[in-house]
Amino acid sequence: MAVIKISPEQITRKKRKGPKGHAVDLQALEDIRTLLGDASRQKDLLIEHLHKIQDQYQHISAKHLVALAHDMNLSPAEVYEVASFYHHFDVVREGQTPPPPLTVRVCESVSCDMAGARDLLQALRESLGEEVRIQPVPCVGRCQHAPVAVVGQNPIDQASPEAVAAAVDNRQIEAPVGDYIDLDKYQADGGYRILKSCLEKRLDSENIILKMEHSGLRGLGGAGFPAGRKWRIVSGYQGPRLMAVNIDEGEPGTFKDRHYLERDPHRFLEGMLIAAQTVGCEEIYIYLRDEYAGCRKILTREIAALQNSPIGSSLPPIHLRRGAGAYICGEESAMVESIEGKRGMPRLRPPFLAEVGLFGRPTLEHNMETLYWVRDIVEKGPEWFASHGRHGRKGLRSFSVSGRVKKPGVHLAPAGITIRELIDEYCGGMLDGHSFYGYFPGGASGGMLPALMHDIPLDFDTLNEYGCFIGSAAVMVFSDQDSARELALNAMRFFEEESCGQCTPCRVGTSKAVELMAQSNWDQELLEELSTVMIDASICGLGQAAPNPLRCVFKYFPEELQ
Amino acid sequence: MAANPESIDEPTVNFTLDGEQIKAYQGETILQAAKRHGREIPHLCYKEGMRADGNCRACVVEIAGERVLAPSCCRSPSKDMEVKSSSDRARKSQKLVVELLLSDMPEQGKSPYRLDSELDYWADRLDVREPRFPGRSQPEADLSHPAIAVNLDACIQCTRCVRACREEQMNDVIGFANRGAHAEIVFDIADPMGASSCVACGECVQACPTGALMPANDVGLQQADRTVDSTCPYCGVGCLIKYHVKDNKILYTEGRDGFTNHFRLCVKGRYGFNYIDNPLRLSKPLIRRVDAPKTTELLDPSDIDRVFREASWEEALDYAAQGLKKIRDEKGKKALAGLGSAKGSNEEAYLFQKLVRTGFGSNNVDHCTRLCHASSVVALLECLGSGAVSNPVADVARAEVIIIIGSNPTVNHPVGATFMKNAASRGAKIILIDPNRTAIAKYASHVLQFRPDTDVALLNGIMHTILDENLQNDDYIAKYTEGFERMREHLKDYSPEKVAFICGVDAGTIREVARLYATSRGSMILWGMGVSQHIHGTDNSRCLISLALMTGQIGRPGTGLHPLRGQNNVQGASDVGLIPMVYPDYQPVDDPENRSRFEKLWQTSLDPERGLTTVEMIHAILDKEVFGMYVEGENPAMSDPNQNHVREALAALEHLVVQDIFLTETAGFADVILPASAFHEKTGTFSNTDRRVQMGRQAVDPPGDARQDLWIIQEIANRLGCGWNYQGPEDVFEEMRQAMDSIAGMTWERLEEEDSLTYPLENVGDPGQPIIFTDGFPTPSGKGKFVPASYIHADEMPDAEYPLIFITGRQLEHWHTGSMTRHSTTLDAIEPDPVIMVHPDDLKKLGVEPGGLITITSRRGELTAYARADIGIQKGCLFMAFCYNEASANLITNEALDPSAKIPEFKFCAIKATPGGSIATRIN
Repeated sequence: MAVIKISPEQITRKKRKGPKGHAVDLQALEDIRTLLGDASRQKDLLIEHLHKIQDQYQHISAKHLVALAHDMNLSPAEVYEVASFYHHFDVVREGQTPPPPLTVRVCESVSCDMAGARDLLQALRESLGEEVRIQPVPCVGRCQHAPVAVVGQNPIDQASPEAVAAAVDNRQIEAPVGDYIDLDKYQADGGYRILKSCLEKRLDSENIILKMEHSGLRGLGGAGFPAGRKWRIVSGYQGPRLMAVNIDEGEPGTFKDRHYLERDPHRFLEGMLIAAQTVGCEEIYIYLRDEYAGCRKILTREIAALQNSPIGSSLPPIHLRRGAGAYICGEESAMVESIEGKRGMPRLRPPFLAEVGLFGRPTLEHNMETLYWVRDIVEKGPEWFASHGRHGRKGLRSFSVSGRVKKPGVHLAPAGITIRELIDEYCGGMLDGHSFYGYFPGGASGGMLPALMHDIPLDFDTLNEYGCFIGSAAVMVFSDQDSARELALNAMRFFEEESCGQCTPCRVGTSKAVELMAQSNWDQELLEELSTVMIDASICGLGQAAPNPLRCVFKYFPEELQ
Repeated sequence: MAANPESIDEPTVNFTLDGEQIKAYQGETILQAAKRHGREIPHLCYKEGMRADGNCRACVVEIAGERVLAPSCCRSPSKDMEVKSSSDRARKSQKLVVELLLSDMPEQGKSPYRLDSELDYWADRLDVREPRFPGRSQPEADLSHPAIAVNLDACIQCTRCVRACREEQMNDVIGFANRGAHAEIVFDIADPMGASSCVACGECVQACPTGALMPANDVGLQQADRTVDSTCPYCGVGCLIKYHVKDNKILYTEGRDGFTNHFRLCVKGRYGFNYIDNPLRLSKPLIRRVDAPKTTELLDPSDIDRVFREASWEEALDYAAQGLKKIRDEKGKKALAGLGSAKGSNEEAYLFQKLVRTGFGSNNVDHCTRLCHASSVVALLECLGSGAVSNPVADVARAEVIIIIGSNPTVNHPVGATFMKNAASRGAKIILIDPNRTAIAKYASHVLQFRPDTDVALLNGIMHTILDENLQNDDYIAKYTEGFERMREHLKDYSPEKVAFICGVDAGTIREVARLYATSRGSMILWGMGVSQHIHGTDNSRCLISLALMTGQIGRPGTGLHPLRGQNNVQGASDVGLIPMVYPDYQPVDDPENRSRFEKLWQTSLDPERGLTTVEMIHAILDKEVFGMYVEGENPAMSDPNQNHVREALAALEHLVVQDIFLTETAGFADVILPASAFHEKTGTFSNTDRRVQMGRQAVDPPGDARQDLWIIQEIANRLGCGWNYQGPEDVFEEMRQAMDSIAGMTWERLEEEDSLTYPLENVGDPGQPIIFTDGFPTPSGKGKFVPASYIHADEMPDAEYPLIFITGRQLEHWHTGSMTRHSTTLDAIEPDPVIMVHPDDLKKLGVEPGGLITITSRRGELTAYARADIGIQKGCLFMAFCYNEASANLITNEALDPSAKIPEFKFCAIKATPGGSIATRIN
């Protein structure tokens, strides 16, 4: 962004009207005070408060930003750097025009791209008027319904220009909420019995940790750290401890967390509370990606219902925090920063979150789905979970499958299943007219494999030797009508857009990689060298994994570079 | 001074670096340990003394057993860790990181903004050639700030500037905004720097490795001939500075790592030095023309030739001395008075007071301490037997509670304020007690925006609570104090409820603050002119002292009393006796023993009576008691209250000698003007607010025929028959050691070597005592005395005709009467106009838009200035700095004096305000 060139003479000729910098506009301050009411002004609520302004005014004006800073005892820079980090905040400085009140977001990530997102974007830009902003955005977590557009907060699946226009015209901008198992139904089916046993000390912590360890359950956000071991480690650190739940499901191709939340939220909440009780976490922070507005309604409602139920008084405080459009906040330490109201920039480790996490305290951090399985594991026994599996692997995986298959969606399948088996047994085969050409086994960051390598068991650890990983089990299948090279570029653009900007290899590396990959001839030597350094020297998984698809093109799709 | 870890008995860790066994000390990182062993690991975002951030990744190393490389600036070695910093793998990343950053430089090459870019250095060292990557689209230059050029095309996003701004100086102006490749450094909300809230401390410039942030005048591209280690000429914090000099001109400055400032500086210290190059500097002695009678009008320098003529030094000195001599011999010794300067060195101040006492023959010598902390010193001497601070400012780092009262440290002691903010960020509680909500309020846990003038009531209320809740320190009171019972009785009248009504702070808050202060493990009180400049200034200080005494919050690390001194040498000037009641080291002149000590030392008889204070001198002129004055580096025509009265007096003087670097407002009234040396043009010692005596070294020569002050004072003295022969400051310092027990052990050689020594330092080789009163007080009884103070009103209360309250003080960029800072083109460009701060609601009532003109009037004078809306200002109060001769705040102020300290009430008088008016012409 260019800085306006102003000479000292120009600045001084204009008499300053107050102290240096922006004066606090008393009317704007009144607006903010009315909007926030009695809500705490503690610094970690900054993003929550920015949402309130954005929701109310559809943008954040300089005046409101400065007033908010004043009211929260922050400096304008402290607020601006946070607001400008997140895609969902539109900061409008003096002299800038606010965006139109309604935004249509069109997903342009891998699966939607394959399904024609670019055409949709083009068509919408031509058909919708000036009062609507059309914004290409990264994955919104509905890849099985590609292409997807979101009108306000209302997702339009298999979006056509007409369907989007209809929603715009009718101002259908709220996220719908479908049927799900609510508190009553969940309890009627035996829900919260395990939690009660924990609360009443009929089930002791050691017993539960052993069960978790024996089940072999690993973190399902992508890193695959054994859940039981994590509980043991965190409980070993001096309290007070906290818990942070990651529902910032942003890896392109991943939508399993949303799938479960929209159907059975209490199974997750019970697992979460069992974990908190077992590990001794005093407060729980749930970080939900802002794109999941429907899930937010469900969670808000159901957490309140739970807190108002008889066991409510024995539960730790649960804080539901809203993301604001940043893939990087799915990285656990970036999420913790974001919960603290800051820019979502990953932390250097060591120290690890288990020891020094949220607000500097030992923190149990989990992906939502990991917790979703806790009740079943405790109830049915660790053997139940471990009894599943194929090709020598153990456990269950929720595959988010999208792309060129007949039945995309979340498929709960045995760990170790191969892509061929997954497509054939669970996805109804390839789409008509498409022949299987390759797949992303673990979202945009997990690399790409060719159809030829269809018999590798899909699980943690099994893909490493191929330069890939399963991550959150987001499988995106592509066909002979797709180009691996184009998909790799799409992925690299995504990483460039989503890089937090902190470290050089990722901030500059993704950007240079996109430029080099956009050229007709790829400079393989330079790109390989760049990839090596990004993998070796980036701070977090984003930069380290960003070159995976690129390197897979060299390895597995070299003919596309001829 | 960096400690040498080799000599520190600390646990160590053995690890292997590039095949060599190396020892690291606890807390050391791989990078630091490597550096200590002479091994260079590339680094850019890491800077010694700053929190390591590990973002640039230029310092990555290979650690055996780890999947990816690790940043050596953030990782501490563990036992037997195998680290490779120069393996092919590590080098590959280090080099490519540098290449990536270089590819985004202007022209993909060397920094066009400084000769010693760290990126260029590492590119060179690592043999990184032409970058192979395409460049980025570059942001435009931001040249909106008078002091700092922002060229973000050379920015490598290392965030050193962000850490400098947010974690070191804690001004919170710079942010790291946006993300990914769009991530950028911003000021406030991506404003041009010159329009932002930037206070131009320049910490970011000092931190920037590439020159993306640089001084505005391209000095980064010039090579200095030499550097001079000295100090700052401005405030009492006494920052240590390195001056970079080329061709007898100062190019730029850098903060040095001294106890007082740890590399930090403020806008004045860093960018405010070029007043010495101003063409208006006096460079020839001047004698008033016979046909130019004195008037009460200020003299415009452009009219100087009409009023003065150039003279040789010989003629000017003779003329100056003869005029004084004539008055002394004809009208008596007390018909002369001298005003020395807190801007001069200790040696100059010492000689000046000696000149008045032995050459004039009276104790009529004073300086601006009378206008700043006279009341604090009187109270401290009375209650504790010493006018010194008990602990250094930096001790706030060890305090749990920090009371800041009547002080606006971010403006007046900016670098000291950074340590207070740092303390708050580490958990200390700052309690700000001030009529205005000043910038430090952001870091305060409690802000007591009390009604001006009600300090005594409020402080008594706090003390009442302490006793009421039995929070006093009985052991301390018994062992180290006297007069407590009388104090207890006195405080009964001051219940928080009663006090709340008077001072506008609710009783609950008063109680909370009392509890916090009394029960913390360490409570510091720092105060400024808001406490001292009242007719009850001494009472205000007495209350603060009583507060410390009854709780025992004094005499330990992180616990004590600190009146923040204003001028860079106001502490020293007072110490060496530049005040009418005492000889050097605060030895009262009316004590025969002291007198005989100095009569012996100075070989002459001395006046046994106390002399006149600053404001009293002015009255004495009009009362026909004083007829001649020697003013060295002071500017009463701007600094003293009720200017119309002062100017009338100055014009009535029979003979006025002014020694200064500019034609100050006072110099216009002179009979002879002696062109003197600026701070950077001389060598001498200066004592800061912490009682640190620090070496100021000459960096450049005085302009033209301007001379060293020390030489001028001696020439005048000798013409009055003193017969001195000091060869330089060292000679004077040696005599001072004989006159002052407190520095008897301080040698010039050691000062030359160590730059900064704290007194008391009575015996050669003593370490100096940063913390005093650790075991009682230097009073006759050895105990501290409680002196009860009753709440009284200001001299002039608002009424129907003059309904508003006027408070004076300073602004960040301007020093005192502006004689230095308004001649600094940089500082003047930042704050060129006279301004009055008003609460926006009051401004609205006046019907004036922010930035518009208002006129204020008191019973003594009137001025017009631009109004600024400031929500930090208390409604009903107006605030103004006294540095603008076109709108001199002291035309308005009241000369009523505190009865004990004779300090005028600058902080309170009654005014009325009206919209509009026209600003008088500024004279330079």
